[in-house]
Amino acid sequence: MVRAPVNKILPFSVVDGPGSRVAVFLQGCNFRCAYCHNPETQTLCNSCGICVAGCPSGALALEDGKVTWDEGICLGCDACMAVCPNCSSPKVREMSAGEVYAQVLESLPFVRGLTVSGGECSLYPEFLAELFSLAKLDGLSCLIDCNGGVDLSLYPALVNLCDGVMLDVKSWAPAIHCALTGCGNLVVRKNLVYLAGKDRLEEVRIVCLEREVDAEAAIEGIAEVLGPEKTASLQLKLIRFRRFGVRGRLENTASPGRAYMETIAARAASAGFRRVVVV
Amino acid sequence: MNNGTYDALTSGKTTYRQKIIALAREAENSLDVLNIPLKFSRYFEQGGLCDMGEGNAPYRPRYVMVDFEKFVSQGSAFLRLDPPRDLDELLSSLQILYFHVPSITTMPVYLGNIDTLIDPFLKDLSDEEICGKLKNFLNYIDRTVADGYCHANIGPAGTRAGRLILKMERELQNAVPNLTLKYDPDLTPDDFAEAAILCSLHCANPAICNDRAHKATYQGGYGISSCYNILPLRGGAYTLSRVVLPRLAKMATNVDDFLGALLPDALEGLGEYMNERISFLVEKSNFFQSSFLVKEGLIERERFVGMFGVAGLCNCVNLLLADKGKRYGRDAEADELGDRIMTIISNFAASFPAKYSEIAGGHFLLHAQAGLATDLGVTSGVRIVVGDEPDNLLEHLRHSARFHRFFPTGCSDIFPFDLTARKNPGAILDIVKGAFSLGDKYCAFYAAGGDLVRITGYLVKRSEIEKYDRGEVVLHDTVQNGSSNYKLNRLKDRKVRSTDGSGAGQ
Repeated sequence: MVRAPVNKILPFSVVDGPGSRVAVFLQGCNFRCAYCHNPETQTLCNSCGICVAGCPSGALALEDGKVTWDEGICLGCDACMAVCPNCSSPKVREMSAGEVYAQVLESLPFVRGLTVSGGECSLYPEFLAELFSLAKLDGLSCLIDCNGGVDLSLYPALVNLCDGVMLDVKSWAPAIHCALTGCGNLVVRKNLVYLAGKDRLEEVRIVCLEREVDAEAAIEGIAEVLGPEKTASLQLKLIRFRRFGVRGRLENTASPGRAYMETIAARAASAGFRRVVVV
Repeated sequence: MNNGTYDALTSGKTTYRQKIIALAREAENSLDVLNIPLKFSRYFEQGGLCDMGEGNAPYRPRYVMVDFEKFVSQGSAFLRLDPPRDLDELLSSLQILYFHVPSITTMPVYLGNIDTLIDPFLKDLSDEEICGKLKNFLNYIDRTVADGYCHANIGPAGTRAGRLILKMERELQNAVPNLTLKYDPDLTPDDFAEAAILCSLHCANPAICNDRAHKATYQGGYGISSCYNILPLRGGAYTLSRVVLPRLAKMATNVDDFLGALLPDALEGLGEYMNERISFLVEKSNFFQSSFLVKEGLIERERFVGMFGVAGLCNCVNLLLADKGKRYGRDAEADELGDRIMTIISNFAASFPAKYSEIAGGHFLLHAQAGLATDLGVTSGVRIVVGDEPDNLLEHLRHSARFHRFFPTGCSDIFPFDLTARKNPGAILDIVKGAFSLGDKYCAFYAAGGDLVRITGYLVKRSEIEKYDRGEVVLHDTVQNGSSNYKLNRLKDRKVRSTDGSGAGQ
């Protein structure tokens, strides 16, 4: 079985797709979003050892050049993540799909499915396919929470297995996308069209922040490439930027006001979206 | 001079109606008519057994579950009411009958399955017309019954009436009546159940009852009254007395002494005492001989039960295992001891002969008693003490299901949620479905930080508690109980279930 780095598994979450779901967060991301609210999921640990001294309970140690973590005495204070200069976590575990699924099973019968998020979970397509194959045997629904930076058309089996993708469209103009995330967005746009064609777009999300995100252009761009019918049926989630967890140049930036969010929502409605959620 | 009577009569903190009820209690308690068993008295003095302050001379059953469907179909000769022909007549008839239904609180504790009562009368009326009438009806109950133990039921089917009642509940933000949805995944549509959950996250009503687990409890149907009492329809509960486990545990020398000697002895004392109360009520009080509810077949004496209450299992276990530091809800050994204690109590109830208990096969039925205003160190029924709740809600629900199984006449948990849950009531419904499939019997949700808060099962507005604490007169008598219970049981510190685990990006 393929293994993947797991940052954490929430036994149930109500904010990661429809109904109650297990949420699995994989470590490592291909984007470096300025507004990332869990930057500690961005990279794999390079065992620099800086967090060891920062741990108040002595749960971390540097052994044979690798940082180790003793879950039993960990207080869960997350000081290690706060001091990590590398946007990583020493608490990440390499797990097989079977091991992750064993934890998913512990949440039955209280959940209707699982959502894999990150970091960026689509960096591990073989792992996802194995995990979803197991979940499908028990009739659980499987969602991917994804920034669209990996070309999913290369993994048709995975796309067929999953029930849907919750896709971030972080901006529309390539230059703005690059300034915000460090990467271009041609692949994101390609995924948007591909997933819509495969009927696998669970929802599209735009994090809204004036002067950083061209939300209106994104709304119009999405509507244009999807066409009126798919635009009308797609759930569009407009997320108000919040500085909670954010590090770097936006860490003290205020959330956009209600009036701005209303303007954006109105723009979405006039672009043909019928299912707009503002959070 | 009787100071209690004088104090009740001159109180500046009660309404006129509350005063009359207090004076009636003083009069009742001036009698000494029960032959109280010695075995009960011994534990009663130490607080290990408790009479719930029901009074010295039972002259009406604790809870009365009128068959309102029957009333609607036949009217009432005593009240000179014909069967109602339209919604106005129905609501008026119900209000008249409610006035005449007694209970331990003096006010009715059960108002019927109000959605199925109302639904047949809705044709030809617009939603707007119906909502106007429902508003008057619900406000009438809130302002006149004015007692948080008053309970209405809805479901399990989704009806137009049920949906409109939810709409009005959310709009009115009333504490009375308490409301419960009878839920069965096969009978209750998801959208109706989700609407009910969303409603509860806005006004703390309704709670959700596992209909499938309860409907086989009694032949001929059940209803939910007061703080989650599951009782026979057309009957009710004669009485509720309780064993207060932590106070009993304080009398024990060790775990074996508690399990082998003290507990069985105390249970017998409680059983004998309850039989004495029931005998007086049935044989001497003339309630069943004189009430028009009996004469008109709206209640039947044979459908009443004695509720054998259990309180403070958690504190009891924690006390008995204090030297090991094991805690109920946290450690397997503690939960195992809790299970052993409950098995002893359950076996006792199944073997001890209860008087006049035909509907329950001649026995008392266990009830997870949710507490009294004056309880300190006595956690409701088999709930986990505030502060020790498992971090994982799912573990909490598994624990609940394990202990709910002992209780045919009601056992529940209360979960405050943060506001994110309002965005996804389907997720809460998933959790309810899972819990009920494991045998969990009853749960209630409310939004942390709101004005309406569940105390032991009944609702109180925190703003009303503040008023009462300032010495002002308040309309709802349950505010008085809620005020002390809220503080003694640290209810503001209940673990708020957060549901925010949002993913990548933002």
